[in-house]
Amino acid sequence: MRISSKIRLIIIIASFAALNSCTPNNPYRSEEKHENTLYSTFDEVPKHMDPARSYSENEYAIIAQIYEPPLEYHYLKRPYELIPLTLTKLPEPAYYDKAGKRLGSNATPEAVARAEYDLIIKKGLMYQDHPALAKNADSTPVYANIKASELRGINGPDDFKLKATRELTADDYIYAVMRLADPKIGSPIAPILSQYILGFDEFSASVGKEIKAIREERKKAAGATYNRTEDEKKNPIRIDYSKHEFKGLKKTGTHSFKIILKRKYPQFSYWLAMPFFAPMPKEADVFYNQPALADKNITLDRFPIGTGPYFMKTLNPRKEIVLEKNPHYSNGFYPTEGEAGDKEAGLLKDAGKPLPLVSKIVMKLEIEAIPRWNKFLQGYYDLSGITSDSFDAAVAFGGKGVVEPSDEMKKKGIALVTLVKPSSYFHIFNMNDKTVGGYSEEKKKLRRAISIALDQEEFIEIFTNGRGVAAMTPIPPKIFGYEEGSAGINPLTHEWDATLQRPKRKSLDEAKRLLKEAGYPDGRDKTGRPLTITFDNAWTGAESAQHINWYIKQFAKLGISLVNRTTDGNRFQEKMTNGDFQFAFWGWNADYPDPENFMFLLYGPNGKVKFKGENGANYSSAEFDRLFKIMENMDNSGERLEIIRRMNEIAREDAPWAFGYHPVSFTLKHGWAGNYKPNAMANNEMKYYGLDALERAKMRDAWNRPVVWPVIAVLLLLVISALPAIMAVKKKFGAQAKRN
Amino acid sequence: MLKYILRRLAYAVPIIIGVNVITALLFFYINTPDDIARRMLGEKNVTPELVDNWKKERGYDLPLFLNTKESGLSVLTQTIFVQRSAPLLWLDFGRSDRNNVAIGEEIRTRMWPSLAIAVPTFILAILIELTLAMIIAFMRSTYIDRWGVVVCVAAMSISTLFYIIGGQYMFGKILKLVPISGYDSGMHALKFVLLPVIVGVVGAVGVSVRFYRTVFLEELGKDFVRTARAKGLSETAVLFKHTLKNAMIPVLTNVVVSLPFLFYGSLIMENFFAIPGLGSFMIDAINAQDFAIVRSMVYLGSLLYITGLILTDISYTLVDPRVRLE
Repeated sequence: MRISSKIRLIIIIASFAALNSCTPNNPYRSEEKHENTLYSTFDEVPKHMDPARSYSENEYAIIAQIYEPPLEYHYLKRPYELIPLTLTKLPEPAYYDKAGKRLGSNATPEAVARAEYDLIIKKGLMYQDHPALAKNADSTPVYANIKASELRGINGPDDFKLKATRELTADDYIYAVMRLADPKIGSPIAPILSQYILGFDEFSASVGKEIKAIREERKKAAGATYNRTEDEKKNPIRIDYSKHEFKGLKKTGTHSFKIILKRKYPQFSYWLAMPFFAPMPKEADVFYNQPALADKNITLDRFPIGTGPYFMKTLNPRKEIVLEKNPHYSNGFYPTEGEAGDKEAGLLKDAGKPLPLVSKIVMKLEIEAIPRWNKFLQGYYDLSGITSDSFDAAVAFGGKGVVEPSDEMKKKGIALVTLVKPSSYFHIFNMNDKTVGGYSEEKKKLRRAISIALDQEEFIEIFTNGRGVAAMTPIPPKIFGYEEGSAGINPLTHEWDATLQRPKRKSLDEAKRLLKEAGYPDGRDKTGRPLTITFDNAWTGAESAQHINWYIKQFAKLGISLVNRTTDGNRFQEKMTNGDFQFAFWGWNADYPDPENFMFLLYGPNGKVKFKGENGANYSSAEFDRLFKIMENMDNSGERLEIIRRMNEIAREDAPWAFGYHPVSFTLKHGWAGNYKPNAMANNEMKYYGLDALERAKMRDAWNRPVVWPVIAVLLLLVISALPAIMAVKKKFGAQAKRN
Repeated sequence: MLKYILRRLAYAVPIIIGVNVITALLFFYINTPDDIARRMLGEKNVTPELVDNWKKERGYDLPLFLNTKESGLSVLTQTIFVQRSAPLLWLDFGRSDRNNVAIGEEIRTRMWPSLAIAVPTFILAILIELTLAMIIAFMRSTYIDRWGVVVCVAAMSISTLFYIIGGQYMFGKILKLVPISGYDSGMHALKFVLLPVIVGVVGAVGVSVRFYRTVFLEELGKDFVRTARAKGLSETAVLFKHTLKNAMIPVLTNVVVSLPFLFYGSLIMENFFAIPGLGSFMIDAINAQDFAIVRSMVYLGSLLYITGLILTDISYTLVDPRVRLE
């Protein structure tokens, strides 16, 4: 008895000692401890990972590490610079007139009838190993007719026994562009590309016609029981693209092809850096288009196949996404030059090294901010954003308002990296509205008065913890056309504070003066009633009431009554589409770093009501539109800047928008995570990240020693305090037994 | 009994059809197919052509209940309702509207992590709740009873969210004894399951102990208890054999009906602990206006509810010989 008690004691002590020597809160397996793995998070399950469909930031964060479009952005250089990724050189468009005569690069848009982009692919670029590429001796695919019974234990392409690779060819790019035009795929950029790529519409219509014919035939055969979705689930429609002509795509060699545009469109190069233009081997479509695989959720929309630095090893969208280094990847080295200050920041210490630097990326789904933040502090995530809840703990404002990590973060070696996003938030006035719209001097003054009263600096301070830059034009910082300092301010709403060297919002008196001149002295109309403006939004989140109250107060400063009309997302979109609103909040994230991608939001023929475009204010100015047509086709130059300045003046004068702000993202990174420089345009930046896995393991051990004694103390306390109760129960049991 | 079960199953058919009709009506009353398409396509560059194409590809270009453009039986079959609901009869849940994922496979994959949390929580909670309730009832009108009730009321007044965040903060962040959140497969799941299970049990105990205490108090005052004691049975036998058995009807009503729903998981628990379960499946689908998932989950829910009720009825016969299912 005595021995067993001793053994028990030894076991208990040994258990506690063992517990103390390890990190039981480690969410990863112990064998991963020293692996060169980057741990990151995602908070929203990706919807599409098919490059033809995917069009959101969170999806690009994954697929851009796998797919390789022809071009990419230089990781370090600013302003953002396009460089070849799978191409041998940047494509130079060749312009031709109607007669087929070659024009110079400075040809006017009116003269250009055709623009040809010759794309030459690097040789020797290989795909990841994939079952779709596995072939029999007779070149037929190994996995052409998979049955459900063969998929036991298979949860993704990586689980297949036979996998193979092959070289990237021009056919894969041509096939990918054809997919963009396939109506069955429904690419979100099809309407845009159809305006530019020659034969895009015709190809799309021709494929659509074939799909329709097949469906009608199947419906006829099945009769009343025909169920289109069920039928195509069991028997997917397979279209042979080669039977349909696509005039704008020409294969010029095994490693070269041509994309022909209907007109001059210099921004087309930017599209070539987006995953939409990533190559797609035809074999992938054939492989994934098998019902048994689709029933197992093994689809192209979930499992990419690419030539990029990583391939998808595991996909459990509700848990994690694991990317591993593509063993066949040999397409890139860490840049040897960047912008000023990069070398000092240690961003060039891996210069010239082959990419990727990290061999594995584990992305964990963390929907809630609190556990995500705590795990970052414990060292289990290498990078972290900052939510409002953790802002004060993470960030401090040093001298002259400089943002820096808090002392607690500094102690842990955590650094703060900021980036002004290429996005713009703004308020739109419905220019078709009788009260706030129109182009008379009075209406312009009314909108300008409101623009002054809407104190964006205050909004940024209150609602974003200072993470924003008040907007003066539609164009955000780091994009051509944005101007810093006094030259960049909106003189109608701000003045330059020479002492503080920053813009200062004009006084409320100025706003009231404008309002009076607009016919609303003290915010009242001719009848003496307060001017009432409706505010449409779809804000239903936790902070929405505070946001709305803030807006009501801003308008109340002018005596204007703001009536809130919160609705659901669908109704809001409907109101915007029909122009049934007066004042609303809106935003835009850049597709590419060009002023055209922001100025087009005010271009008349993009009006939402008339043309179903993205000009939500339905603003229309002949002069602005004329200048836009010139500016959109120009290369960045002093002349282009002058035109943008003039466009800004017109937009400020007419005030269809009350400018909002450009958001700034704050990212924290641990000391062991290297080479992190946020790049708002590049999505494939993970191949550049570096890690010191040993340092990380050391710090994790130091930060996560378990504390056991409080648990023992609490347990003891519980036992002691429960003793009287246990005795009372025993006593009562005994008494009852005695009575019986 | 078989006759009874068959009859109950027959009753279930109109209920299930009714549930499907109501789901479709409510869903499409709030969201038109155009709304769904716009929501799925995002906010950028959404043209009317893209919306039309999206609807056509998913069969939302058809009318909801009656297709007057067709003739004969096709008037009914070439509709969104029949095309989407008919395959449910053979448990073919189809593909999600949002990302074309096979819903059946998704349910099969995600139910296991949910069960890994829900089953141990459920079993542990039942055992603790019944034992505590019985002791408190037995010690009626003593300080143990009074303090027991006070603690139960306090425990049930605290939000589950507090237990979750508090548990993560205390055991994950301060004491560093368990991972704050996450999940792994096989035996590796143990360390991730521990905290959610403890939190789940602590969160559930307050309400249930109070309920079971009331049930036991009622039974303890009955003649058969007095008789059992008069027979000279030990107090343990009186409590755990006679009282518990006779109190089983309300206990089973509470317990068995919730059994089929264990795999549904818990939204808050799974989100906070990053458990890849079914907890948020339905809510995410409602937020994303994914009709395919909503109708599948509602359909499955109604099936499970009916199963739960039948199981409850059957379980009555096992604990109470007076109950006859005819």
